Parts: sequence; structure tokens; C-alpha cells
Amino acid sequence: MKATRQDKRFWRKTKSAIASGLSFVCALLVIAPLALVLFYLIRSGASAINWSFFTELPKPVGVAGGGMANAIVGSFELLCLAALVGIPIGVLGGVYLAEYGTVRGNYALRFVADVLNGVPSIIWGVVVYGLVVLRFKSFSAYAGGLALGFIMIPLIMRTSEEVLLLVPAGYREASLALGVSRWKTTVHIVMKTALKGIVSAVLLALARVAGETAPLLFTAFGNRFWNHNLSEPIAALPLQIFAYAISPYDDWHRQAWAGALVLVTMIFVVNLIVRFLTRERIT
Amino acid sequence: MKNFSILEPPMIPPSLTMACVEVSATAASEVAFEVERLSMFYGDKRAIDDVSLTIPSRKITAIIGPSGCGKSSLLRALNRIHELVPNTRVEGKVLFGGEDIYAPTIDPVAIRRRIGMVFQKSNPFPTMSIAENVLVGLKLNGVRDRAFLRERLEQSLRMAALWDEVKEDLHKPGVSLSGGQQQRLCIARAIAVEPEVLLMDEPASALDPIATAKIEELIHELSAGYTIVIVTHNMQQAGRCSDYTAFLYLGRLIEFDSTTKIFSNPSQKRTEDYITGRFG
Repeated sequence: MKATRQDKRFWRKTKSAIASGLSFVCALLVIAPLALVLFYLIRSGASAINWSFFTELPKPVGVAGGGMANAIVGSFELLCLAALVGIPIGVLGGVYLAEYGTVRGNYALRFVADVLNGVPSIIWGVVVYGLVVLRFKSFSAYAGGLALGFIMIPLIMRTSEEVLLLVPAGYREASLALGVSRWKTTVHIVMKTALKGIVSAVLLALARVAGETAPLLFTAFGNRFWNHNLSEPIAALPLQIFAYAISPYDDWHRQAWAGALVLVTMIFVVNLIVRFLTRERIT
Repeated sequence: MKNFSILEPPMIPPSLTMACVEVSATAASEVAFEVERLSMFYGDKRAIDDVSLTIPSRKITAIIGPSGCGKSSLLRALNRIHELVPNTRVEGKVLFGGEDIYAPTIDPVAIRRRIGMVFQKSNPFPTMSIAENVLVGLKLNGVRDRAFLRERLEQSLRMAALWDEVKEDLHKPGVSLSGGQQQRLCIARAIAVEPEVLLMDEPASALDPIATAKIEELIHELSAGYTIVIVTHNMQQAGRCSDYTAFLYLGRLIEFDSTTKIFSNPSQKRTEDYITGRFG
């Protein structure tokens, strides 16, 4: 009798060891690609990163040097335009869902937002191509910003809804009981309490669209030169990486790696900032 | 502390007089609330069933009863704060100063400005300092006069018996205070907007006995200037600090009388059973 009990105990321990070993391997499998990508990026891209990469325009094929200054600035311009579209609509949509909507209306809105979040980004490019590019007969920074902004809206909406719902109902009640109106309560108490979460939602959405390439192919189009007219085609880092990566020239390949490294570093930094903000919010 | 008389009627800031035209009429009369055949529903569930009672002005009225008897719901119906929860509905009337607060012409925001509330769980706003917490009601209602705000800050904190403990730390976060201090901060925040009534939903149930004693003493002092309605599941507390007691059971008002009468010679068998601890 005693022996069987020990046998059972041994078998139980073995099962436990197998299970935790398997989950450890799975965890490694999740992290490994990220580590490999980062490692490969740094190995291939770091050598092409220098001062002129950030300050110079692309050089013609065969001419050494040159950089992606126009693409880096272009990406920032596109992100600013996207933010103008995505942040107000996304955040206010989240506020509506969390504070004002009816149960059934919210159900429908959440469903639509979740579906939109799943729409492949190239679709947004085609939509904006039809809405803006065809109408004004030109690729433009506006069109690119709009496409990225459309992608941001449902992302920001759902995330800011979630952080607003984390604000305890007691704060809303306390404010209303002071004779403060509903909208002032929403702005000065609820949104203020959830501010870090909302900022995180916005930053994550910006980081997500910063690397989008497909929607820009039909809208911003890319540009090998400086462009400060927003109704003209504009360069963007992902587009430039794409163009250089599919080119047959080794020199451009190196620059594409460098561009990818810059893009990934930017997104990494944004994620770090978000981590920092949310850590403070929890404690 | 000594030179401030708590017996003075609450003064009305000039900016709020528009919102409280009937103040003097209410304060002069003996009756604060007349609840007439009030029922409240959460969806299909009836939380309050046909309750009628008259809550006197400038007295402490306690609402007691076992968990789930509707005492919090009744309290929340008095300033329409329950409307925050979707699918709630009331039938009947609540007259405040002779006026039905459920009449379609009534703005619930204006009502709540006159009827303050203190909650079970102390809830100072986490983004605000002690001073900002006290003054938030006035500021969000458009009061900008710096000297007036400073005066109200000290006055409210003194009335909440918190001034001496925090006067050096007014800029510190409200949530840095201890539990009992936080609850007194919430009371200061509620009285800073000069309401006529304070509704208290188990204000001491999350506090230790010493902090509870302080809150009870404070409630007693405040009753000179305010109508206070307090929900409590602690019968000793109701006995100690209220003038009138309402006993609710399963959403119905079983008995409403002076606290002395309820605790010494209740007319209903169920009241007696409850206060002697035979059920609930």
C-alpha cells in the first residue's frame, strides 16, 4: 500500500516536471524569434548607421553614402497627421463606450471596433486611395496620414475604453454627489485619473502604425526627395525600407537594414515609455 | 478650533446662491425629506417597496436593517445618485423642501449640489492633493475667488476635524492619509460645497474603532448645521449617534420612530427581533 502511494507521488512529480518543461520550451519559442530578429538586425544594420544616414537624402545608385533623412522626417509628419485623426476620435469614442453608451449600442460598437482592428492594413490603404487619392488625383501625405489615422481609431478606442473602465465607480459617484455635472466629472475626474492609461493607448497605437507599409503604398507613395508640401507624395521609413530591400544593390540592402534597425529602435523606445507609464499607474 | 462655531448655519457662497434659492425656506422648516410611497427597481428586481417616511431637518436619521434590505438604495434615491447605474427606476415621490426631486423639470445636478454624500469606501481623488480634494466641488462649479477658496478650505477641514492633522501637508496627495483621515477628508470635501443635507452610506464600516469614534463624534457635531441621513449595519452606531431610526427589512419600512423609542420600546415584533440580534 505504501509503495503504491510513493509510486503515485513519483508519477505525479514526473508529470509536473514534463508539463513545466514543456511550457518553458514554449516560452523560449516565443522569445527566440524576437531575439534572433533583433540580433540579425543589429548585425546587419548597425554598420550602415552613421551621421549621414540621419541627415542626407538617398544618393543615386552606385554613389556611396547617403541616408534616409527625408524618410525619417516623412514618417514623423505622417504620424502627426495620423495622430490628428486617430487621437480625438479614438479617445472620445472610448469615452463614449466607457461613460455614456447604452448596453446594446456599446455591444454593437465594440463588435465593429474589434472587426475593424482585424481588418488587414492594406485594406485601409485601398479605402483611402479611393476616398482621397482618386478624388484629388494625387498621392499625398494627407492620404497617408488618414490611412494610418483610420487604423489608429479602433485601437485607441478599445484601449482607452478599458483604462477608463478601470477607474472605480466611487470616483464618479463622489464627483456627481458634489453637484458636478456629468461631462465635467468625465473630463476632470475620470479622464484625469486614467490619463496615463490613455497616453499609453495613444503611444501604443502610434508605435503600431509607425511600421505600417502596405497602407502607405497606395497613399503616401514614397518620395526620394525632400517634400514639405503635404498634398504631394511623401517619403516614409517603412516605404523606403521596402524599396531598398527589393532593389538588387548591396549598398541599398545595407541601408534597408539600417532603416529597419532605426524603426525597431523607435518602436522599442515607445514601448519602454508605455511600460514605465503603466507601471506607475498600477502601484 | 475653539473659536469656530459649528452652530452657525452653513453660509452660502455667492456663486452658489442661484442654485439654492429655496435654502432659507428649507432650513427654516422642520422637514427635510418627505418620501411618499417610494419604490425602486434594478431591472425587474424590486429593491425598495412602497416606503413612506418623513426625515426631519437638522437631525440625524439612521437607516438600519440587514444586508440587502434596501437601505443603501433608499439613501441613493434621496439624491438620485442611483441613476448612474443603468436600468434603475423609481416610482413614488421624494419631496425635498416641498419639491419633488423626480419631477421632470428638476436637474439632478442642482439637487446633488444641495444634498452631499459620503460613501462607505473613502474615495479621495487619487490625482489630487488634500487641498484640491476639498476644493474640487467648488472649483468645478466655477468658483474662482482665491481668498474665498482658501477660507473654505480651512473651514471645511476644521469642520471635518482634520485641519490640525493636515494643515502642514495640504499639498500632499489625498490618498497619502490614513483610512480614517481619508474618510474625514471626504466629509470635508462634501461640506465644502455647502450642502443642506449629508447622506452617509456606512461611513465608518471600513474603519477601526478609534477612527469610527472620531467619525461618530464628527457626525454629531455636524448635525447642528446639516440634516444627516446615515445608513449603518451597526445597530450600536445607530443607537449612539442618531435622533431617529428607520428599520428596513426586505425593501419595506417596518418601523420609523425616535431612536430612543426604537431601541427601548419598538412597536413591531420584527424590529425588536432585529435589534436584539435574533436575526439579521
